Amino acid sequence: MKAVEKLRTEHLTVGYNKTPLLTDIQISVKPGQILTLIGPNGAGKSTILKSIAAQLALVSGTVYLDKDDLGRMRPQELAKKMSLVLTQRIQPELMTCFDVVASGRYPYTGRLGLLSQQDKEVVRRSLAYVHAEELAERDFPCISDGQRQRVMLARALCQEPEIIVLDEPTSFLDIRHKLELLSLLKRLALEQNLTVVMSLHELDLAQKISDRVVCVHPSGIQRCGTPEEVFTADDIQSLYGVEAGHYEPMFGSLELPSSTGVPRVFVIGGGGAGIPVYRQLNRMGVPFTAGVLHENDVDYAVAKALAAKVIAEQPFEPIGQENIRAALDILRRCEAVLCPLSGFGSMNAGNRTLLEEAERLGLLKQGVHEIKLIIG
Amino acid sequence: MKRLRVPLAFGLLVVLLIFLVVLNTCVGTVALRPNEVWQIITWTGADIDPTAIQIIWFIRLPRLMSAAVLGGALAVSGLLLQTFFANPIAGPFVLGISSGAKLAVALTMIFLLGKGVVIGSWAMIAAAFLGAMLSMGFILLLSGRVRNMSLLVVGGVMVGYICSSVTDILVTFADDSNIVNLHNWALGSFSGASWGDVRVMQVVVKAAFLGALLLSKPMSAYQLGEGYAQNMGVNVKRLRVELILLSSLLSACVTAFAGPISFVGIAVPHLMKSLFKTSKTLVLLPACYLGGAVFCLFCDLLARILFAPTELSISSVTAVFGAPVVLWMMVRRKGARA
Repeated sequence: MKAVEKLRTEHLTVGYNKTPLLTDIQISVKPGQILTLIGPNGAGKSTILKSIAAQLALVSGTVYLDKDDLGRMRPQELAKKMSLVLTQRIQPELMTCFDVVASGRYPYTGRLGLLSQQDKEVVRRSLAYVHAEELAERDFPCISDGQRQRVMLARALCQEPEIIVLDEPTSFLDIRHKLELLSLLKRLALEQNLTVVMSLHELDLAQKISDRVVCVHPSGIQRCGTPEEVFTADDIQSLYGVEAGHYEPMFGSLELPSSTGVPRVFVIGGGGAGIPVYRQLNRMGVPFTAGVLHENDVDYAVAKALAAKVIAEQPFEPIGQENIRAALDILRRCEAVLCPLSGFGSMNAGNRTLLEEAERLGLLKQGVHEIKLIIG
Repeated sequence: MKRLRVPLAFGLLVVLLIFLVVLNTCVGTVALRPNEVWQIITWTGADIDPTAIQIIWFIRLPRLMSAAVLGGALAVSGLLLQTFFANPIAGPFVLGISSGAKLAVALTMIFLLGKGVVIGSWAMIAAAFLGAMLSMGFILLLSGRVRNMSLLVVGGVMVGYICSSVTDILVTFADDSNIVNLHNWALGSFSGASWGDVRVMQVVVKAAFLGALLLSKPMSAYQLGEGYAQNMGVNVKRLRVELILLSSLLSACVTAFAGPISFVGIAVPHLMKSLFKTSKTLVLLPACYLGGAVFCLFCDLLARILFAPTELSISSVTAVFGAPVVLWMMVRRKGARA
């Protein structure tokens, strides 16, 4: 049986002042899932999030929360189901973190907004959930960005929502705090069955945390699916219009554009040893050939992006004579050879021939620093 | 200590208020001892000078009442505007709202007095409210165009100048009989308040203050910004309209009875925030009311006695004490942000 969607849009058109920006948006997410919007700056991720969160009037179409039309829900009712973490930073005067978090109790308090014991308990629990109890009495403007984002998340949790909408929650955060925040969200989704809808700039993180990914392109939504469906190199590069450089879907990593031209250096790599060498050579602007690499080698993914030429062998096969011949041919025409490998195994035994040939020709260099001397 | 801060601060304000009330009744050209004043107020004295009774009952008491009520109104009006614009430098005077009210009142007075009609307190408030709303409308238009708060304040000051100069021109060409009245009032003063005036201003200010108290919950949500307020279920549009109406009503009421009074609306809320160390509106609203009353009683006392028998205009005194507070606040905020 198909689970009921927590949030679903139907022929949604969003935009400012009734001017359509993106049309016919179909997004859906199930309870306890994490949905991430990715896409270039200015594509309309925030606009979609604002529309979904009823902050912006819809141009047309409908947003359903469970089975209810979100546009017809009373604001107080919606506030108990959906909470927000926005990008813009708030600068409240004289408010402690406890006060900021407690503001999330708004839909539950009475006419004067006085907190009951129970409300205070919820505030404390929310702070504890994001590991920010010790911040409770600190002044909100005086805490760090990482702490601030955790407190804002606690504020959102304090509303006891079923769905939480976050607009680029990881901006301004360093990697440790990015990971901390996202693992918190993952925990919330898994433990509390909280539905999370957010936008992210970090593709690698989006790929790892999301159950569903929506690619938002200025010309309209391009794809909506699981990360495995969406994160192919071609899709991501076309989504962001990447022309210089390369996106590697396996690691979610980016590589700078490679130096093209006739290879001047030959790198005998494999098993991860080649990657730092490839990157150094690329930084120096030296075109190189990488070989012979198995197609399932980690070096292969990076070499593919950076090397002028890669000589590749089938996975799990010993390096064949044909590839060795081709490699020797190129190696002999190079100015230098680097071999960051410390030894050879049965699968890449053929590369030993390359190393011996390089030594015989006197082309073998000890490291990239020697290459610098040659290149001048 | 932290928990005691709020009750202690309230206690301090109440003590100051009582002290200033006593001073304001006793000190003056005719100095009276507190026990004499007490006898006059409670009608228990036997052989009291009838002039003293006149002075206390018909001059000093209504005057101090109006200073207290209107001072509180100004401070609350300032707090509402600061919430609205999310900026501590907003206030009825700098945004030109007081001056708009002043112009409208001057126009009404000259027009009606010219026809020999004496206008009542309610009509004055109505005229002032209209003027305040017109200025406010202009400021809102401007705030839609410029997002920068300093520009908005400059715009407000300009509106204030235009309104003031038009008022000055009107006063210059008004009939001799109007001038004395009008001139005093246009400079700002708590003198000349009658018990009838006090009753009317009490009703208006109390109603507006109650309204503000009822808004304290959405106001505190609004302090986190529009987006969050809306997410918490606040009807932001309605709140904005309510804030504007209440703050305009309060400053209109002040202007109708005492003319434009500067800096109370900014300085008092800031002083109260520093004193109470909180931004909870439910605490700040009554605090500002009390604080405004204390501030204006103090300033009015100085205006009255400093160069007696010549009286200073209340604005010159409030500016001397209020403007440095505003400057200090601006400098400190700049420092905190850098």
